[in-house]
Amino acid sequence: MKLLQTEKLTRAYGGVMAVNEVDFSAQEGLITGLIGPNGAGKTTLFNNMTGLDIPTEGKVFFDEKEITGFPSHKIARLGIARTFQNIRLFKEMSVIENVMIGRHFMTGESPHKKRLTNMFKSYFFMESEEALMLENAHKWLNFFDMDEFANEDAKNLPYGRQRELEIARALASNPKILFLDEPAAGMNPQETEHLMDTIRKIRDTGVTVVLIEHDMKLVMSICDNITVLNYGQKIAQGTPKEIKNNPLVIEAYLGKEE
Amino acid sequence: MGSLSEFFQHFVNGLTLGGVYALIALGYTMVYGILKFINFAHGDVLMVGAYIGLFVFDALRGSAPLGAWTFIAFFLAMLISMVLTAALGVVIERVAYKPLRKASRLAPLLSAIGVSFILSNSAAWAWGTQSRKLNYPFDNTPFEIGGVVITPHQVLVLVVSILMMVALKVFVDRSRMGKAMRATSLDQDTARLMGINVNVVISLTFAIGSALAAAGGMLIALDFKAYPTMGMMLGLKAFVAAVVGGIGNIGGAMLGGITLGLLETFGVAVFGIPQAMKDTISFAVLIIVLLVRPQGLLGKVVREKV
Amino acid sequence: MVNFFLLILIYSGIYALMAIGQNLITGYTGMLSLCQAGFFAIGSYVTAILATSLGWSLWATLPVAALLSAMFGVLIGLPTLRLKGDYLAIATLGFGEIVRNVLNNWDSLTGGPMGIQRIPMATIFSFTINPYKKWAFLALVILIVVISYYLFERLGRSRMGRALQAIRDDEIAAASMGINVTKYKVWAFAIGASVAGIAGSLQSVFSLSVTPNSYTFMVSIMVLCMVVLGGMGNFAAVILGAFIIQLISYFPQLTGLSSVIPPQFKQILFGLILVVMMIWRPQGIIGVRSYRVGQKKSKAKGAK
Ligand SMILES: Nc1ncnc2c1ncn2[C@@H]1O[C@H](COP(=O)(O)OP(=O)(O)OP(=O)(O)O)[C@@H](O)[C@H]1O
Ligand SMILES: [Mg+2]
Repeated sequence: MKLLQTEKLTRAYGGVMAVNEVDFSAQEGLITGLIGPNGAGKTTLFNNMTGLDIPTEGKVFFDEKEITGFPSHKIARLGIARTFQNIRLFKEMSVIENVMIGRHFMTGESPHKKRLTNMFKSYFFMESEEALMLENAHKWLNFFDMDEFANEDAKNLPYGRQRELEIARALASNPKILFLDEPAAGMNPQETEHLMDTIRKIRDTGVTVVLIEHDMKLVMSICDNITVLNYGQKIAQGTPKEIKNNPLVIEAYLGKEE
Repeated sequence: MGSLSEFFQHFVNGLTLGGVYALIALGYTMVYGILKFINFAHGDVLMVGAYIGLFVFDALRGSAPLGAWTFIAFFLAMLISMVLTAALGVVIERVAYKPLRKASRLAPLLSAIGVSFILSNSAAWAWGTQSRKLNYPFDNTPFEIGGVVITPHQVLVLVVSILMMVALKVFVDRSRMGKAMRATSLDQDTARLMGINVNVVISLTFAIGSALAAAGGMLIALDFKAYPTMGMMLGLKAFVAAVVGGIGNIGGAMLGGITLGLLETFGVAVFGIPQAMKDTISFAVLIIVLLVRPQGLLGKVVREKV
Repeated sequence: MVNFFLLILIYSGIYALMAIGQNLITGYTGMLSLCQAGFFAIGSYVTAILATSLGWSLWATLPVAALLSAMFGVLIGLPTLRLKGDYLAIATLGFGEIVRNVLNNWDSLTGGPMGIQRIPMATIFSFTINPYKKWAFLALVILIVVISYYLFERLGRSRMGRALQAIRDDEIAAASMGINVTKYKVWAFAIGASVAGIAGSLQSVFSLSVTPNSYTFMVSIMVLCMVVLGGMGNFAAVILGAFIIQLISYFPQLTGLSSVIPPQFKQILFGLILVVMMIWRPQGIIGVRSYRVGQKKSKAKGAK
């Protein structure tokens, strides 16, 4: 089943067609890769699917419902979480607090209704709720083997750990789908190797993953499906094997990757 | 007086007011364009400029009667004030803002508010709180053209502000340094990589903005006197002008200044807004612009890249 | 002398309330508001007007003052908070001046530049809190400051406090974690304004008269200094900041040097504090966040 889908999605910045009539889709329970040369429009496509940017034309569907133009906090509440190409942590907050933010909208009895009463409830009956949040946050830190950093300021973490923390924060919101924008950027080979295992583990918990990555080894080995963008347009879609042998893709990456 | 000449009368009045707003607004907009930060102290820099001009003019003039010399003395005073105020602007940037370029977004704003407070209160301490008038360097008897009464002061304001804005526009568009400024405002890091000395560009921006503010301050002091807190309301209005035109956009600051000047004049004269509430007009304009067209008349919508 | 010191403490308390509100707005949420004086004025005048013309007691006017300040907060917050933070600073600066403008000119309601005199003293049950007997008034102020401190400190530790800090650190990331950024900003702004309104009510029943001149931009700057000096994001530190700034402000009288020290001395010092703190100690003199999740509460208390 296609959990997420776009229909002729277009985003123009003035004259630049950053994303041009792209039909993208992500199958539930699988890892979908999104690749393409620098400036191909990958991040822009992510932004338009996660509400950080509004498409000039086209539609976005999630779980068969249209979500085009929804503000990002609404989209997040539907079960769509993401990380950023340039890490965006809450720098002055501790690691554990960063993860707790991931559960922000999950607290209270209903995630979508009675938000005002929830607000007061979470104020007057804070302690029990906080304990639950903390427990959950520790679970995710543990998943990433980061327990020791819990009370560290996020800004003081080593770079690779910051990337992981961003993923932990996203996962804390119990997403159905997780978007990762270049998660391995700046990591050394061992760290990348480790990250690949982690992403597989995430998929195995039932979360659908979409990832942008320049590291072809990573993409080819963990993705079930790959979509290729070039100059804002989709030039190919298929299994890693199909993509590897697609002449259009080879041309787009000329000299960069076979 | 026919209603058409009445209209033109208000138009001329609004235009002169707007010309001064525009001169001051340029300082906000240029700094914002490059550092993405509102220089709260700009209004107070203007105040210092007005005082310097006033003192220098009085010293140069001595007891000379109105005539060619007072006219020359006025422009000499303006020149000296612009140079000194420019230096002040550069020093402020070096001392209070430069160390904060990498700090949180709030830090330079708070520091600028501090500078603003230091300047206005030091001025009150040094020069007293009473307001002082900058004397007209010429006979300011109004004359009439086609039913419109114009004062020589208004002519001076229009001529000076138009000349300075044209000079600035030519400088920014044509000169090497102007190109460096535009490059820096588009992308500081890339500009640095291209060999542009970003620190020099930033200093220059503060120098030009402060110099224009000094001129604007003197023009205002001719009509409305100078006093230590004059920078607050003027600064606020000039900022609104910059936002109306599209902050960061030099042409926009000019357009915004004139728009605001006209709105204020017509607001009082035509729509009967009480004089005491005149200052409220610019605030209402700010809120409306922010609601309807936050990028301003000439500004482009910018989305933060993520 | 004792009386004078009590006066400083009372003003420290009244300003501490404003600083607590400013801390929520600026320290927690990262929004630069420059009109605590405006909300302070609204609170003062609400109490003054309701008490003199309708005979309401302080306890009836307090909630009205808080609510009305909050409403004005929402009114200027809504158009500006959606946009980049810098506009808020300017809009609030303008708003503060307009409040004063209106107070000066709406003679029929506010008494114009003369203000409102003969505001009745506050009473608790049948006990009158006479501001000339400073101990009783100080007790009232301390009570309200302690309650506010407790409520705000708790708010800071709650889910909402965490959301506000997330917004301060990165709005885009906060939104993509499901936080409704605009809603929280407006809430923070309204709550921060309301506590300044409460401070205004207290001011009214303390000075027993109000004039527009007591609500200048300088008040907003003092409040800002208290937060910056104490430490943004730490409510206890901000209260300490309020006390220090009040001490500085009354330093010439305290030392009997008011004839030597120019009246601008303290303002220049406030300006210097803002610049110097930003450059050398942006975290404030205390420099420790008051609370961290997961650490023992006692430890957090010890850090204050
Ligand atoms: N906010 C924006 N304003 C104007 N142009 C933009 C904006 N964001 C992206 N673009 C342009 O859109 C195009 C696609 O950019 P995008 O960041 O989506 O590429 P990308 O595939 O993620 O590249 P990279 O691999 O370098 O991250 C580029 O030409 C870029 O300059
Ligand atoms: Mg990208």
